[in-house]
Amino acid sequence: MIYQDSKTLLEVRGLHATVNGVEILKGLDFTVKSGEVHAIMGPNGSGKSTFAKVLAGHTAYEVTAGSVVFEGKNLFELAPEERACAGVFLAFQYPIEIPGVANSQFLRLAYNTVQAQRGREELDPLEFDDFVREKMKLLDMSPDFLGRSVNEGFSGGEKKRNEILQMALLDPRLAILDETDSGLDIDALRIVSQGVNQLADRENAIVLVTHYQRLLNYIVPDFVHVMEAGRIIKTGDKSLALELETRGYDWVAAEHQAAMAVAA
Amino acid sequence: MSAVLEKLISQPYKHGFVTAIESDVAPKGLNENTIRMISAKKNEPEWLLDFRLKSYQAWLKMEEPKWPNVHYPKIDFQAISYYAAPKQRAKLKSMDEVDPELLRTFEKLGVPLHERMALAGVAVDVIFDSVSVATTYKHKLAEVGVIFCSMSEAVLEHPELVQKYLGTVVPTGDNYYAALNSAVFTDGSFCFIPKGVKCPMDLSTYFRINTEESGQFERTLIIAEEGASVSYLEGCTAPAFSTNQLHAAVVELVALDNADIKYSTVQNWYAGDENGVGGIYNFVTKRGLAKGVNSRISWTQVETGSAITWKYPSVVLRGDNSVGEFYSVAVTNHLQQADTGTKMIHLGKNTRSTIVSKGISAGRSNNSYRGLVKIAPTAAGARNYSQCDSMLIGDQAGANTFPYLQVRNHTAKVEHEASTSKIGEDQMFYFAQRGIGAEAAVSMIINGFCKDVFQQLPMEFAVEATKLLSFKLEGSVG
Repeated sequence: MIYQDSKTLLEVRGLHATVNGVEILKGLDFTVKSGEVHAIMGPNGSGKSTFAKVLAGHTAYEVTAGSVVFEGKNLFELAPEERACAGVFLAFQYPIEIPGVANSQFLRLAYNTVQAQRGREELDPLEFDDFVREKMKLLDMSPDFLGRSVNEGFSGGEKKRNEILQMALLDPRLAILDETDSGLDIDALRIVSQGVNQLADRENAIVLVTHYQRLLNYIVPDFVHVMEAGRIIKTGDKSLALELETRGYDWVAAEHQAAMAVAA
Repeated sequence: MSAVLEKLISQPYKHGFVTAIESDVAPKGLNENTIRMISAKKNEPEWLLDFRLKSYQAWLKMEEPKWPNVHYPKIDFQAISYYAAPKQRAKLKSMDEVDPELLRTFEKLGVPLHERMALAGVAVDVIFDSVSVATTYKHKLAEVGVIFCSMSEAVLEHPELVQKYLGTVVPTGDNYYAALNSAVFTDGSFCFIPKGVKCPMDLSTYFRINTEESGQFERTLIIAEEGASVSYLEGCTAPAFSTNQLHAAVVELVALDNADIKYSTVQNWYAGDENGVGGIYNFVTKRGLAKGVNSRISWTQVETGSAITWKYPSVVLRGDNSVGEFYSVAVTNHLQQADTGTKMIHLGKNTRSTIVSKGISAGRSNNSYRGLVKIAPTAAGARNYSQCDSMLIGDQAGANTFPYLQVRNHTAKVEHEASTSKIGEDQMFYFAQRGIGAEAAVSMIINGFCKDVFQQLPMEFAVEATKLLSFKLEGSVG
């Protein structure tokens, strides 16, 4: 939702980043205000997931130029775990499995670590159990998720629900959902989307990275951005997503090139 | 990321100190006279000297095994001293007579020696270099007929038991290092649980090598008679020297009908420094004979130390319906090398064995699982389940699995599962993204990985093992 008096949460300017020496982000600009929902779309290899990981601080990516200010702080001065505590959340496209570690154990460690860093109350195992079960209802998750090893043997849909459960627990200011819709059937997509919608409020913001318009039927974006070759080349409202669905991406790139040619 | 990982695995070894204590060290070198000297120092009976000399003759004809996946310079067996004992060997009547310097050493190591301080309620036998310096709770155990003492003492006080069982599970000429041990062993623990007795407390031996140029050759023998049961724990540390020390132990377990022996080890010998200088060569033969029907022998080991580990705690399942178990965590870092696993030899009907092996390799280390499951023609209905998992930390470590299966009975069922995983950037990033720092993340991943083994350990040992692992791998992930 767009609010007139909302604050700027995230401001990305001229961001360049490389992985293994190959430049993926090539001068990206992006601004998010609190309360907003943004969708970033674009063809494979355009740099969407890279952008998500760079914001969260994945160590394989090197930032070579540009700035990212998150709630007034230089994001690049924070280690990945500090960014998490500061309120940057990434729902992973491919969540990792941790054999032998009970989900409840992992969730509680994450929750308490973040709580402690924010100067808030930590929960003992019993209190946490009550708390997490309440959150699981949001996502229609069975309590036996708590006893299973983290993501091990989870179906694609179960993993994605577990990601959103973590979002619910960690109460982020900026939640980046990296292809959370992939691998979800229609019912799961609806449940996960409802969960996300319930978590959205005017203090936080959500950035959806997706290939498909169908997610946006459930989580309605305020802005839709098209990414291409490491930059955002077009921004529109939700109708842009529908247009992309019917026309593909090529016309956006062509239009962008034409505009660049005129400018030059 | 490597920097954080690196820092995490590279914690200093905290047991590396040397105790300043006067020792009675034999001159270096090995020949028949050395053996006669050891035997004489211990006032051994003639049959034991014969046992030693026969073993020595066998050893002379044997060759050092070349098949393990480990590499080290040739050992000069003449450059080792085969006997080292803290001076002050008049017989001790109580703990109060133990050299205070020794007591301080064990205090430093966290081993409770004073009986009145041993709140843990574990009976401890302590082997310092070559000899046993103290055994706690002996009298209390004697009340129920349990004999728990040093091997030297057992030889003198219970010769009939020692003679009856010594070398019956690991024969003198079994392998190169077992033969060497049989010739020169200096002490070790002896434990006898009579018929029908459930040992009222855990028994524990703590091994410490202190002298730089001595080898440690201890011999442990545990016998559980019909219906008896015991849980036995073993801990090991050594000072940090820039030379390598040889540790060649033999452990024999015998379980008669319906007996149950559980043997747990946390091995933390000095592993050498980050460049592979120094450290213990740990060449050990451990074997249990599940002799009686329905008997059960279970090995649990957490191997974190030693420059080289060569060790295959095994079970010979002779009694019908007997059970053998092997639960192992082996951690290697820096330039450590481990070639460890087990042998399950199924002879009796309906015998069952379980193997769960977890190898963790960090730094530039090399960690191999080597295991044999052998089903003899007589072992109708035998079953084995093996699971071997390897975890790599960083990208310079090696992990190997060498499972050998020999099945000679068609009614047997043998299952083997194996996996390899890696703690890398993506795992650490996932934890970091949830606010969790590298140390807590590695600790959680490793403990999850080792859970099936740790839950086999007695509570206190499990806590120690968990701490030891986090400590050991601190600095290795990042």
